[in-house]
Amino acid sequence: METEVEAPGVEPRDVSGGVEVAGAEKSFGPLKALAGVSLRAAPREVVAVAGPSGCGKSTLLELVCGLSQPDAGTVQAPPAALMPQRDGLLPWLSALDNAALAQRVAGVARAEARRAAHEHFAAFGLEGFERSRPAELSGGMRQRVAFLRTLLAGRPLLCLDEPFGALDALTRAQMQRWLAGALAREPRTVLLVTHDVEEAVLLADRIVLLSPRPARVVATLDVPLPRPRHRTDPAVVALRERAMEVLGA
Amino acid sequence: MAVLIILVLLGAWEAVVRLGGVDELLLPAPTQVLEALWTDRDLLAPDLAVTTWEVVLGLAAAIAAGAGLGIAMHVSPAARRALRPLVIGSQAVPVPVIAPLVVLVLGFGLAPKVLLVALVCFFPVAINLYDGLRDADPDARKLLRSLDATRWQTLRMLELPSALPSAFTGMKIAAAVAVIGAVFAEWSGSSEGLGHALLTANGQLATARAFAATLLLFLLAIGLYGAFALLERRFAGWTPRSTTPGGP
Repeated sequence: METEVEAPGVEPRDVSGGVEVAGAEKSFGPLKALAGVSLRAAPREVVAVAGPSGCGKSTLLELVCGLSQPDAGTVQAPPAALMPQRDGLLPWLSALDNAALAQRVAGVARAEARRAAHEHFAAFGLEGFERSRPAELSGGMRQRVAFLRTLLAGRPLLCLDEPFGALDALTRAQMQRWLAGALAREPRTVLLVTHDVEEAVLLADRIVLLSPRPARVVATLDVPLPRPRHRTDPAVVALRERAMEVLGA
Repeated sequence: MAVLIILVLLGAWEAVVRLGGVDELLLPAPTQVLEALWTDRDLLAPDLAVTTWEVVLGLAAAIAAGAGLGIAMHVSPAARRALRPLVIGSQAVPVPVIAPLVVLVLGFGLAPKVLLVALVCFFPVAINLYDGLRDADPDARKLLRSLDATRWQTLRMLELPSALPSAFTGMKIAAAVAVIGAVFAEWSGSSEGLGHALLTANGQLATARAFAATLLLFLLAIGLYGAFALLERRFAGWTPRSTTPGGP
Protein backbone atom coordinates (compact mmCIF):
# COMPACT_ATOMS: atom_id res chain seq x y z
CA MET A 1 0.00 0.00 0.00
CA GLU A 2 1.31 3.40 -0.92
CA THR A 3 1.07 6.05 1.72
CA GLU A 4 -1.25 8.87 0.97
CA VAL A 5 -1.96 11.78 3.20
CA GLU A 6 -5.30 13.34 2.54
CA ALA A 7 -6.19 16.68 4.00
CA PRO A 8 -9.59 16.02 5.53
CA GLY A 9 -12.46 18.23 4.43
CA VAL A 10 -10.78 19.75 1.36
CA GLU A 11 -13.25 18.25 -1.09
CA PRO A 12 -16.69 19.89 -1.05
CA ARG A 13 -18.56 17.05 0.63
CA ASP A 14 -21.26 18.81 2.61
CA VAL A 15 -24.90 19.40 2.01
CA SER A 16 -25.84 19.80 5.69
CA GLY A 17 -26.68 16.19 6.36
CA GLY A 18 -28.04 15.24 2.96
CA VAL A 19 -26.37 13.16 0.26
CA GLU A 20 -26.33 13.91 -3.45
CA VAL A 21 -24.66 11.53 -5.89
CA ALA A 22 -24.97 12.50 -9.56
CA GLY A 23 -23.84 10.34 -12.46
CA ALA A 24 -21.05 8.70 -10.47
CA GLU A 25 -18.78 6.42 -12.48
CA LYS A 26 -15.96 4.29 -11.13
CA SER A 27 -13.72 1.72 -12.74
CA PHE A 28 -10.95 -0.46 -11.35
CA GLY A 29 -8.67 -1.03 -14.30
CA PRO A 30 -10.75 -2.67 -17.03
CA LEU A 31 -13.50 -3.48 -14.52
CA LYS A 32 -16.33 -0.96 -14.51
CA ALA A 33 -18.05 -0.96 -11.12
CA LEU A 34 -20.39 2.02 -11.38
CA ALA A 35 -21.86 3.24 -14.68
CA GLY A 36 -23.47 6.52 -13.79
CA VAL A 37 -25.24 6.13 -10.44
CA SER A 38 -27.39 8.95 -9.09
CA LEU A 39 -29.15 9.02 -5.74
CA ARG A 40 -30.22 11.46 -3.07
CA ALA A 41 -30.80 11.22 0.65
CA ALA A 42 -32.40 14.08 2.55
CA PRO A 43 -31.20 14.79 6.09
CA ARG A 44 -32.43 12.12 8.53
CA GLU A 45 -33.64 9.95 5.71
CA VAL A 46 -32.82 6.23 5.54
CA VAL A 47 -32.00 5.25 1.98
CA ALA A 48 -31.38 1.60 1.18
CA VAL A 49 -29.22 0.64 -1.78
CA ALA A 50 -30.15 -2.87 -2.88
CA GLY A 51 -28.86 -4.95 -5.74
CA PRO A 52 -27.24 -8.28 -6.61
CA SER A 53 -24.00 -9.32 -4.91
CA GLY A 54 -20.87 -7.77 -6.38
CA CYS A 55 -22.76 -5.03 -8.25
CA GLY A 56 -20.67 -2.18 -6.86
CA LYS A 57 -22.66 -1.26 -3.76
CA SER A 58 -19.59 -1.12 -1.54
CA THR A 59 -17.79 1.00 -4.15
CA LEU A 60 -20.67 3.48 -3.97
CA LEU A 61 -20.33 3.70 -0.18
CA GLU A 62 -16.58 4.30 -0.49
CA LEU A 63 -17.30 7.26 -2.74
CA VAL A 64 -19.84 8.67 -0.30
CA CYS A 65 -17.43 8.20 2.62
CA GLY A 66 -14.73 10.03 0.68
CA LEU A 67 -12.45 6.96 0.63
CA SER A 68 -12.10 7.27 -3.14
CA GLN A 69 -13.02 9.74 -5.83
CA PRO A 70 -15.39 9.04 -8.75
CA ASP A 71 -13.93 8.90 -12.28
CA ALA A 72 -16.86 10.99 -13.47
CA GLY A 73 -19.89 12.59 -11.86
CA THR A 74 -20.12 14.28 -8.49
CA VAL A 75 -20.54 13.11 -4.91
CA GLN A 76 -21.67 15.48 -2.21
CA ALA A 77 -22.01 14.18 1.31
CA PRO A 78 -21.46 15.33 4.86
CA PRO A 79 -18.76 13.67 6.98
CA ALA A 80 -19.71 10.01 7.16
CA ALA A 81 -19.03 7.13 9.50
CA LEU A 82 -18.59 3.77 7.79
CA MET A 83 -19.68 0.43 9.21
CA PRO A 84 -17.73 -2.02 7.04
CA GLN A 85 -19.15 -5.27 5.77
CA ARG A 86 -17.35 -7.57 8.18
CA ASP A 87 -17.66 -5.54 11.38
CA GLY A 88 -14.01 -4.42 11.30
CA LEU A 89 -13.71 -4.80 15.07
CA LEU A 90 -10.14 -4.93 16.37
CA PRO A 91 -9.62 -8.38 17.94
CA TRP A 92 -7.18 -7.14 20.60
CA LEU A 93 -9.53 -4.49 21.99
CA SER A 94 -12.37 -5.06 24.45
CA ALA A 95 -15.94 -4.41 23.32
CA LEU A 96 -15.82 -1.12 25.22
CA ASP A 97 -12.58 0.03 23.57
CA ASN A 98 -13.86 -1.02 20.15
CA ALA A 99 -17.00 1.02 20.65
CA ALA A 100 -14.87 3.96 21.78
CA LEU A 101 -12.48 3.72 18.82
CA ALA A 102 -13.99 6.49 16.71
CA GLN A 103 -13.74 8.94 19.58
CA ARG A 104 -10.17 7.86 20.33
CA VAL A 105 -9.25 8.61 16.72
CA ALA A 106 -10.93 11.99 17.08
CA GLY A 107 -8.54 12.71 19.97
CA VAL A 108 -10.86 12.15 22.96
CA ALA A 109 -9.01 10.88 26.05
CA ARG A 110 -9.34 7.16 26.77
CA ALA A 111 -11.33 7.49 30.01
CA GLU A 112 -13.74 9.99 28.50
CA ALA A 113 -14.24 7.93 25.31
CA ARG A 114 -14.88 4.80 27.39
CA ARG A 115 -17.38 6.62 29.58
CA ALA A 116 -19.26 7.92 26.54
CA ALA A 117 -19.35 4.44 24.99
CA HIS A 118 -20.42 2.80 28.21
CA GLU A 119 -23.49 5.03 28.51
CA HIS A 120 -24.98 3.14 25.55
CA PHE A 121 -24.02 -0.38 26.58
CA ALA A 122 -27.28 -1.16 28.39
CA ALA A 123 -29.46 0.17 25.56
CA PHE A 124 -27.41 -1.86 23.07
CA GLY A 125 -27.81 -5.06 25.08
CA LEU A 126 -24.09 -5.21 25.74
CA GLU A 127 -24.04 -4.70 29.50
CA GLY A 128 -21.68 -7.11 31.24
CA PHE A 129 -19.60 -7.59 28.07
CA GLU A 130 -17.56 -4.40 28.36
CA ARG A 131 -14.29 -6.29 28.79
CA SER A 132 -15.02 -9.12 26.34
CA ARG A 133 -12.95 -9.35 23.21
CA PRO A 134 -14.79 -9.62 19.85
CA ALA A 135 -14.00 -13.36 19.59
CA GLU A 136 -16.00 -13.91 22.79
CA LEU A 137 -19.11 -12.11 21.48
CA SER A 138 -21.97 -13.52 19.40
CA GLY A 139 -22.41 -12.35 15.82
CA GLY A 140 -25.31 -10.10 16.77
CA MET A 141 -23.38 -8.52 19.62
CA ARG A 142 -20.39 -7.85 17.38
CA GLN A 143 -22.65 -5.99 14.96
CA ARG A 144 -24.10 -3.96 17.83
CA VAL A 145 -20.61 -3.00 19.00
CA ALA A 146 -19.71 -2.05 15.42
CA PHE A 147 -22.88 0.00 15.07
CA LEU A 148 -22.28 1.74 18.40
CA ARG A 149 -18.77 2.62 17.25
CA THR A 150 -20.24 4.04 14.03
CA LEU A 151 -22.85 6.03 15.94
CA LEU A 152 -20.30 7.44 18.41
CA ALA A 153 -18.22 8.83 15.56
CA GLY A 154 -20.72 11.68 15.78
CA ARG A 155 -21.03 12.07 12.02
CA PRO A 156 -24.32 13.25 10.47
CA LEU A 157 -24.22 10.40 7.93
CA LEU A 158 -23.98 6.67 8.61
CA CYS A 159 -22.88 4.35 5.82
CA LEU A 160 -23.83 0.76 6.69
CA ASP A 161 -22.37 -1.86 4.36
CA GLU A 162 -24.48 -5.03 4.61
CA PRO A 163 -24.54 -4.74 8.40
CA PHE A 164 -26.37 -8.04 8.95
CA GLY A 165 -25.15 -10.00 5.93
CA ALA A 166 -23.14 -12.48 7.99
CA LEU A 167 -25.85 -13.26 10.55
CA ASP A 168 -28.26 -16.19 10.65
CA ALA A 169 -31.87 -15.45 9.67
CA LEU A 170 -33.23 -15.29 13.23
CA THR A 171 -30.50 -12.99 14.55
CA ARG A 172 -30.79 -10.85 11.44
CA ALA A 173 -34.53 -10.34 12.02
CA GLN A 174 -33.84 -9.35 15.64
CA MET A 175 -31.10 -6.98 14.60
CA GLN A 176 -33.28 -5.35 11.94
CA ARG A 177 -35.95 -4.63 14.57
CA TRP A 178 -33.27 -3.39 16.90
CA LEU A 179 -31.70 -1.09 14.29
CA ALA A 180 -35.12 0.37 13.42
CA GLY A 181 -35.58 1.17 17.11
CA ALA A 182 -32.08 2.62 17.49
CA LEU A 183 -32.59 4.89 14.47
CA ALA A 184 -35.97 6.01 15.83
CA ARG A 185 -34.20 7.09 19.02
CA GLU A 186 -31.16 8.63 17.31
CA PRO A 187 -32.21 9.74 13.84
CA ARG A 188 -29.41 10.10 11.31
CA THR A 189 -29.03 10.21 7.59
CA VAL A 190 -28.36 6.59 6.68
CA LEU A 191 -27.17 4.87 3.53
CA LEU A 192 -27.88 1.19 4.01
CA VAL A 193 -26.31 -1.15 1.48
CA THR A 194 -27.93 -4.59 1.38
CA HIS A 195 -28.66 -7.47 -0.93
CA ASP A 196 -31.72 -8.31 1.16
CA VAL A 197 -34.72 -6.56 -0.37
CA GLU A 198 -36.90 -7.33 2.62
CA GLU A 199 -34.39 -5.65 4.92
CA ALA A 200 -34.52 -2.58 2.68
CA VAL A 201 -38.33 -2.46 2.86
CA LEU A 202 -38.34 -2.88 6.63
CA LEU A 203 -35.80 -0.17 7.39
CA ALA A 204 -35.70 2.43 4.62
CA ASP A 205 -37.68 5.51 3.58
CA ARG A 206 -36.54 4.94 0.03
CA ILE A 207 -34.96 2.08 -1.88
CA VAL A 208 -32.53 2.52 -4.74
CA LEU A 209 -32.34 -0.65 -6.82
CA LEU A 210 -29.13 -1.28 -8.74
CA SER A 211 -28.47 -3.45 -11.78
CA PRO A 212 -25.74 -6.12 -11.90
CA ARG A 213 -22.24 -4.75 -12.56
CA PRO A 214 -21.59 -2.18 -13.91
CA ALA A 215 -24.18 -0.73 -11.56
CA ARG A 216 -26.79 1.74 -12.69
CA VAL A 217 -30.03 2.67 -10.97
CA VAL A 218 -32.89 0.58 -12.35
CA ALA A 219 -35.60 1.97 -10.06
CA THR A 220 -36.19 4.05 -6.97
CA LEU A 221 -39.05 2.96 -4.71
CA ASP A 222 -40.54 5.11 -1.97
CA VAL A 223 -41.54 3.28 1.18
CA PRO A 224 -44.33 5.43 2.64
CA LEU A 225 -45.17 2.91 5.36
CA PRO A 226 -45.62 3.63 9.07
CA ARG A 227 -43.15 2.22 11.58
CA PRO A 228 -42.71 -0.24 13.18
CA ARG A 229 -43.06 -2.48 10.15
CA HIS A 230 -43.43 -6.23 10.13
CA ARG A 231 -42.35 -8.60 7.43
CA THR A 232 -45.87 -10.02 7.23
CA ASP A 233 -47.62 -6.66 6.66
CA PRO A 234 -49.37 -6.91 3.27
CA ALA A 235 -47.89 -3.55 2.20
CA VAL A 236 -44.36 -4.75 3.12
CA VAL A 237 -44.85 -8.00 1.25
CA ALA A 238 -46.24 -6.19 -1.82
CA LEU A 239 -43.34 -3.75 -1.92
CA ARG A 240 -40.81 -6.53 -1.46
CA GLU A 241 -42.31 -8.48 -4.36
CA ARG A 242 -42.26 -5.38 -6.54
CA ALA A 243 -38.62 -4.76 -5.78
CA MET A 244 -37.77 -8.38 -6.51
CA GLU A 245 -39.62 -8.09 -9.82
CA VAL A 246 -37.67 -4.98 -10.78
CA LEU A 247 -34.41 -6.75 -9.96
CA GLY A 248 -35.52 -9.59 -12.22
CA ALA A 249 -35.71 -12.28 -9.55
CA MET B 1 5.01 -37.57 23.39
CA ALA B 2 8.03 -35.35 22.66
CA VAL B 3 9.70 -36.80 25.75
CA LEU B 4 9.02 -40.33 24.52
CA ILE B 5 10.53 -39.60 21.10
CA ILE B 6 13.63 -38.06 22.67
CA LEU B 7 14.02 -41.01 25.07
CA VAL B 8 13.76 -43.52 22.21
CA LEU B 9 16.32 -41.61 20.15
CA LEU B 10 18.68 -41.30 23.11
CA GLY B 11 18.23 -44.98 23.93
CA ALA B 12 19.07 -45.95 20.35
CA TRP B 13 22.10 -43.65 20.39
CA GLU B 14 23.29 -45.12 23.70
CA ALA B 15 22.81 -48.66 22.40
CA VAL B 16 24.68 -48.01 19.15
CA VAL B 17 27.67 -46.55 21.02
CA ARG B 18 27.75 -49.19 23.77
CA LEU B 19 27.05 -52.29 21.68
CA GLY B 20 28.42 -51.23 18.32
CA GLY B 21 31.80 -50.34 19.77
CA VAL B 22 31.88 -46.84 18.25
CA ASP B 23 34.97 -44.95 19.34
CA GLU B 24 33.90 -42.51 22.05
CA LEU B 25 36.25 -39.93 20.52
CA LEU B 26 34.01 -39.96 17.47
CA LEU B 27 30.62 -40.31 19.14
CA PRO B 28 30.23 -40.35 22.92
CA ALA B 29 27.11 -41.97 24.39
CA PRO B 30 24.44 -39.68 25.89
CA THR B 31 25.40 -40.81 29.40
CA GLN B 32 29.03 -39.86 28.72
CA VAL B 33 27.89 -36.43 27.49
CA LEU B 34 25.90 -35.93 30.70
CA GLU B 35 28.89 -37.09 32.71
CA ALA B 36 31.11 -34.55 30.93
CA LEU B 37 28.50 -31.85 31.52
CA TRP B 38 28.62 -32.60 35.24
CA THR B 39 32.39 -33.02 35.70
CA ASP B 40 33.24 -29.98 33.54
CA ARG B 41 30.48 -27.84 34.98
CA ASP B 42 32.90 -25.30 36.43
CA LEU B 43 34.53 -25.01 33.02
CA LEU B 44 31.29 -24.75 31.03
CA ALA B 45 29.14 -22.56 33.32
CA PRO B 46 31.09 -19.32 32.68
CA ASP B 47 31.09 -20.10 28.95
CA LEU B 48 27.31 -20.54 29.03
CA ALA B 49 26.96 -17.20 30.81
CA VAL B 50 29.17 -15.43 28.26
CA THR B 51 27.36 -16.86 25.24
CA THR B 52 23.94 -16.21 26.77
CA TRP B 53 24.89 -12.57 27.32
CA GLU B 54 26.15 -12.23 23.73
CA VAL B 55 23.00 -13.78 22.36
CA VAL B 56 20.64 -11.71 24.52
CA LEU B 57 22.36 -8.45 23.57
CA GLY B 58 22.51 -9.48 19.91
CA LEU B 59 18.80 -10.38 19.92
CA ALA B 60 17.93 -7.06 21.54
CA ALA B 61 19.90 -5.22 18.86
CA ALA B 62 18.29 -7.39 16.14
CA ILE B 63 14.79 -6.68 17.41
CA ALA B 64 15.46 -2.94 17.60
CA ALA B 65 17.01 -2.85 14.13
CA GLY B 66 14.46 -5.27 12.64
CA ALA B 67 11.52 -3.32 14.06
CA GLY B 68 12.97 -0.04 12.78
CA LEU B 69 13.55 -1.48 9.31
CA GLY B 70 10.20 -3.23 9.13
CA ILE B 71 8.32 -0.07 10.09
CA ALA B 72 10.42 2.17 7.82
CA MET B 73 9.87 -0.13 4.84
CA HIS B 74 6.14 -0.20 5.56
CA VAL B 75 5.67 3.52 6.04
CA SER B 76 7.92 4.86 3.31
CA PRO B 77 7.97 3.49 -0.25
CA ALA B 78 11.30 5.22 -0.78
CA ALA B 79 12.80 3.44 2.23
CA ARG B 80 11.31 0.18 0.99
CA ARG B 81 12.91 0.52 -2.45
CA ALA B 82 16.24 1.54 -0.95
CA LEU B 83 16.42 -1.02 1.85
CA ARG B 84 14.81 -4.19 0.59
CA PRO B 85 17.69 -5.38 -1.62
CA LEU B 86 20.17 -4.69 1.19
CA VAL B 87 18.06 -6.44 3.80
CA ILE B 88 17.59 -9.52 1.65
CA GLY B 89 21.16 -9.47 0.38
CA SER B 90 22.51 -9.33 3.91
CA GLN B 91 21.20 -12.87 4.43
CA ALA B 92 23.21 -14.19 1.51
CA VAL B 93 26.45 -13.16 3.22
CA PRO B 94 28.06 -16.34 4.62
CA VAL B 95 28.56 -15.75 8.33
CA PRO B 96 31.73 -17.89 8.61
CA VAL B 97 33.32 -15.71 5.91
CA ILE B 98 32.55 -12.31 7.35
CA ALA B 99 32.94 -13.32 11.01
CA PRO B 100 36.78 -13.06 10.90
CA LEU B 101 36.50 -9.69 9.14
CA VAL B 102 34.14 -8.36 11.78
CA VAL B 103 36.48 -9.57 14.51
CA LEU B 104 39.42 -7.97 12.68
CA VAL B 105 37.63 -4.60 12.69
CA LEU B 106 35.88 -4.70 16.06
CA GLY B 107 38.43 -6.67 18.05
CA PHE B 108 38.05 -9.63 20.38
CA GLY B 109 35.49 -8.09 22.74
CA LEU B 110 31.73 -8.31 22.97
CA ALA B 111 30.98 -6.00 20.01
CA PRO B 112 31.67 -8.41 17.10
CA LYS B 113 29.61 -11.17 18.77
CA VAL B 114 26.64 -8.87 19.30
CA LEU B 115 26.93 -7.59 15.73
CA LEU B 116 27.05 -11.07 14.20
CA VAL B 117 24.12 -12.32 16.28
CA ALA B 118 22.18 -9.24 15.23
CA LEU B 119 23.11 -9.80 11.58
CA VAL B 120 21.77 -13.35 11.69
CA CYS B 121 18.63 -12.35 13.60
CA PHE B 122 17.35 -9.01 12.32
CA PHE B 123 16.06 -10.41 9.04
CA PRO B 124 13.24 -12.66 10.31
CA VAL B 125 12.17 -9.86 12.67
CA ALA B 126 12.13 -7.18 9.94
CA ILE B 127 10.40 -9.28 7.27
CA ASN B 128 7.77 -10.81 9.53
CA LEU B 129 6.94 -7.43 11.03
CA TYR B 130 6.79 -5.83 7.58
CA ASP B 131 4.42 -8.51 6.28
CA GLY B 132 2.33 -8.30 9.44
CA LEU B 133 1.95 -4.53 9.09
CA ARG B 134 0.66 -4.94 5.54
CA ASP B 135 -1.77 -7.71 6.47
CA ALA B 136 -3.96 -5.57 8.73
CA ASP B 137 -7.69 -6.12 8.20
CA PRO B 138 -8.73 -4.11 5.09
CA ASP B 139 -12.14 -3.40 6.62
CA ALA B 140 -10.58 -1.91 9.74
CA ARG B 141 -8.25 0.05 7.48
CA LYS B 142 -11.25 1.48 5.58
CA LEU B 143 -12.94 2.28 8.83
CA LEU B 144 -9.97 4.25 10.15
CA ARG B 145 -9.65 6.13 6.87
CA SER B 146 -13.34 7.06 7.01
CA LEU B 147 -12.66 8.43 10.50
CA ASP B 148 -9.85 10.60 9.08
CA ALA B 149 -7.21 8.77 11.13
CA THR B 150 -3.67 10.05 10.56
CA ARG B 151 -0.91 7.79 9.23
CA TRP B 152 0.52 7.58 12.75
CA GLN B 153 -2.86 6.71 14.29
CA THR B 154 -3.39 3.94 11.74
CA LEU B 155 0.05 2.57 12.54
CA ARG B 156 -0.41 2.75 16.31
CA MET B 157 -4.06 1.71 16.61
CA LEU B 158 -4.33 -0.85 13.82
CA GLU B 159 -1.17 -1.96 12.06
CA LEU B 160 1.26 -2.44 14.94
CA PRO B 161 -1.11 -4.42 17.18
CA SER B 162 -2.26 -6.55 14.27
CA ALA B 163 1.38 -7.23 13.26
CA LEU B 164 2.31 -8.37 16.76
CA PRO B 165 1.68 -12.11 16.26
CA SER B 166 3.68 -12.05 13.04
CA ALA B 167 6.46 -10.08 14.74
CA PHE B 168 6.58 -12.72 17.48
CA THR B 169 6.98 -15.42 14.84
CA GLY B 170 9.99 -13.46 13.56
CA MET B 171 11.42 -13.13 17.06
CA LYS B 172 10.98 -16.85 17.78
CA ILE B 173 12.84 -17.72 14.56
CA ALA B 174 15.53 -15.20 15.52
CA ALA B 175 15.82 -16.73 19.00
CA ALA B 176 16.30 -20.19 17.53
CA VAL B 177 19.10 -19.19 15.14
CA ALA B 178 20.82 -16.59 17.33
CA VAL B 179 23.32 -19.04 18.83
CA ILE B 180 24.73 -19.75 15.35
CA GLY B 181 25.89 -16.15 15.06
CA ALA B 182 27.45 -16.24 18.51
CA VAL B 183 29.32 -19.50 17.85
CA PHE B 184 30.79 -18.32 14.54
CA ALA B 185 31.84 -15.05 16.15
CA GLU B 186 33.56 -16.91 18.98
CA TRP B 187 35.29 -19.24 16.54
CA SER B 188 36.76 -16.23 14.78
CA GLY B 189 38.44 -14.88 17.85
CA SER B 190 37.51 -15.42 21.44
CA SER B 191 38.87 -16.82 24.67
CA GLU B 192 35.51 -17.64 26.21
CA GLY B 193 31.99 -18.72 25.40
CA LEU B 194 30.46 -22.04 24.35
CA GLY B 195 31.77 -21.71 20.79
CA HIS B 196 35.26 -21.30 22.20
CA ALA B 197 34.66 -24.25 24.53
CA LEU B 198 33.68 -26.32 21.50
CA LEU B 199 36.93 -25.46 19.72
CA THR B 200 39.19 -26.23 22.67
CA ALA B 201 37.34 -29.46 23.49
CA ASN B 202 37.77 -30.58 19.88
CA GLY B 203 41.43 -29.67 20.03
CA GLN B 204 41.88 -31.74 23.19
CA LEU B 205 39.92 -34.65 21.70
CA ALA B 206 37.46 -34.19 24.58
CA THR B 207 34.54 -35.13 22.38
CA ALA B 208 32.16 -35.68 25.27
CA ARG B 209 32.80 -32.11 26.49
CA ALA B 210 32.23 -30.76 22.95
CA PHE B 211 28.90 -32.55 22.90
CA ALA B 212 28.13 -31.17 26.35
CA ALA B 213 28.78 -27.63 25.05
CA THR B 214 26.55 -28.35 22.05
CA LEU B 215 23.85 -29.59 24.40
CA LEU B 216 24.03 -26.27 26.27
CA LEU B 217 23.69 -24.34 22.98
CA PHE B 218 20.70 -26.50 22.17
CA LEU B 219 19.11 -25.75 25.55
CA LEU B 220 19.92 -22.04 25.22
CA ALA B 221 18.09 -21.85 21.88
CA ILE B 222 15.09 -23.71 23.30
CA GLY B 223 15.05 -21.50 26.39
CA LEU B 224 15.12 -18.29 24.34
CA TYR B 225 12.41 -19.59 22.04
CA GLY B 226 10.30 -20.49 25.05
CA ALA B 227 10.80 -17.03 26.53
CA PHE B 228 9.45 -15.40 23.37
CA ALA B 229 6.57 -17.87 23.23
CA LEU B 230 5.65 -16.82 26.79
CA LEU B 231 5.89 -13.14 25.87
CA GLU B 232 3.70 -13.80 22.86
CA ARG B 233 1.03 -15.40 24.99
CA ARG B 234 1.19 -12.46 27.35
CA PHE B 235 1.13 -9.66 24.76
CA ALA B 236 -0.67 -11.21 21.79
CA GLY B 237 -3.05 -13.47 23.70
CA TRP B 238 -5.98 -12.41 21.53
CA THR B 239 -4.88 -14.37 18.46
CA PRO B 240 -6.77 -17.53 17.53
CA ARG B 241 -3.37 -19.28 17.54
CA SER B 242 -2.76 -18.78 21.24
CA THR B 243 -6.26 -19.83 22.28
CA THR B 244 -6.30 -23.15 20.41
CA PRO B 245 -4.83 -26.14 22.20
CA GLY B 246 -1.58 -27.59 20.93
CA GLY B 247 0.98 -25.02 21.94
CA PRO B 248 4.68 -25.17 21.16
